[in-house]
Amino acid sequence: MGKVVVVTSGKGGVGKTTSTAALGAAVAKTGKRVALVDFDVGLRNLDLIMGAERRVVFDLVNVIQGTAKLSQALIRDKRLETLYLLPASQTRDKDALTEEGVAEVIARLRQVFDYVFCDSPAGIERGAQLAMRFADEAVIVTNPEVSSVRDSDRIIGLLDARTMRAEQGEHIAKHVLVTRYDAARAARGEMLSIDDVLEILSVPLLGIIPESQDVLRASNLGAPVTLSEPTNAAAKAYLEAARRLEGEDLPVIVPFERKGFLDRLLGRRAA
Amino acid sequence: MSILDLFKRRTSAPVARERLQVLLAYERRSRGQPDLVSVLREEILAVIAKHVQIDQDYIQVSMDRGETMSTLEIDIQIPNKSAVPLAMAG
Repeated sequence: MGKVVVVTSGKGGVGKTTSTAALGAAVAKTGKRVALVDFDVGLRNLDLIMGAERRVVFDLVNVIQGTAKLSQALIRDKRLETLYLLPASQTRDKDALTEEGVAEVIARLRQVFDYVFCDSPAGIERGAQLAMRFADEAVIVTNPEVSSVRDSDRIIGLLDARTMRAEQGEHIAKHVLVTRYDAARAARGEMLSIDDVLEILSVPLLGIIPESQDVLRASNLGAPVTLSEPTNAAAKAYLEAARRLEGEDLPVIVPFERKGFLDRLLGRRAA
Repeated sequence: MSILDLFKRRTSAPVARERLQVLLAYERRSRGQPDLVSVLREEILAVIAKHVQIDQDYIQVSMDRGETMSTLEIDIQIPNKSAVPLAMAG
């Protein structure tokens, strides 16, 4: 039985889709069978980030409504044969997903894949709740910034209340993935530190992804950064995060920025 | 203020941390409660705001659930300065 991991955040634009693609590809690289499921009905983007936008024929809603088989809708990655994508539909009907339908699709994916990553839409409404509903674990993507941390806290509350596991009194493993971390700004006390974020959310850390042009370039090219430029800092951080997700005990090293001469001269202190 | 202070820039991260801690402590407390309390809070605030200028921080609504009876506690503070009816102030 495969493991279902929801990638969620509450706030939009923090890097859920990018992280789903990068983590999923990193796990698939180790030979595990991985399915990435886009739950953002109406605003799908995982296909674009994965570079599979021109290969979408059927989608999650087609499978749920019975107009396509699951095997027809799954798109196999051109770079990794263990990596598959189940795209969301571009329909405007928000109620296209039913809980029973999602339950069935997830149950079937679990049988075939080692990992099922559910890319949640932003917000805390129905779509986001369905994406997390059948998850065993959750990756909460957070930027070190007040509104993102607040929304993550809200999502953590939902994970503990509205998931199937929570309702059955079982534990749902949660991990915080801090993205767009700028070590220089954190050192100057202009950005919440990793300690601040962890202390406030009290959820263990999966990894710290540095703010990076490489991530944007990977999106432009339609390739997960862990596949296209695996030696870059952001890609390395994602690869390590994926290993932690698989249970490896790997210490997280906080990206460190040495204080500049000017900072010392002006007595700027780190928080 | 000394000359040195001119060169020191106050860092904003500690302020962010403190604001979040205060806010989330409040939000977590109210998370388990039914929506009734927040609905009541909004509506009471709207009624009062029609007549008196009031900040939403000055209204506290809480519900104590008992076995046979629940108590709704509403605490509204009206600062003297703004306790002028809107019609008169305008």
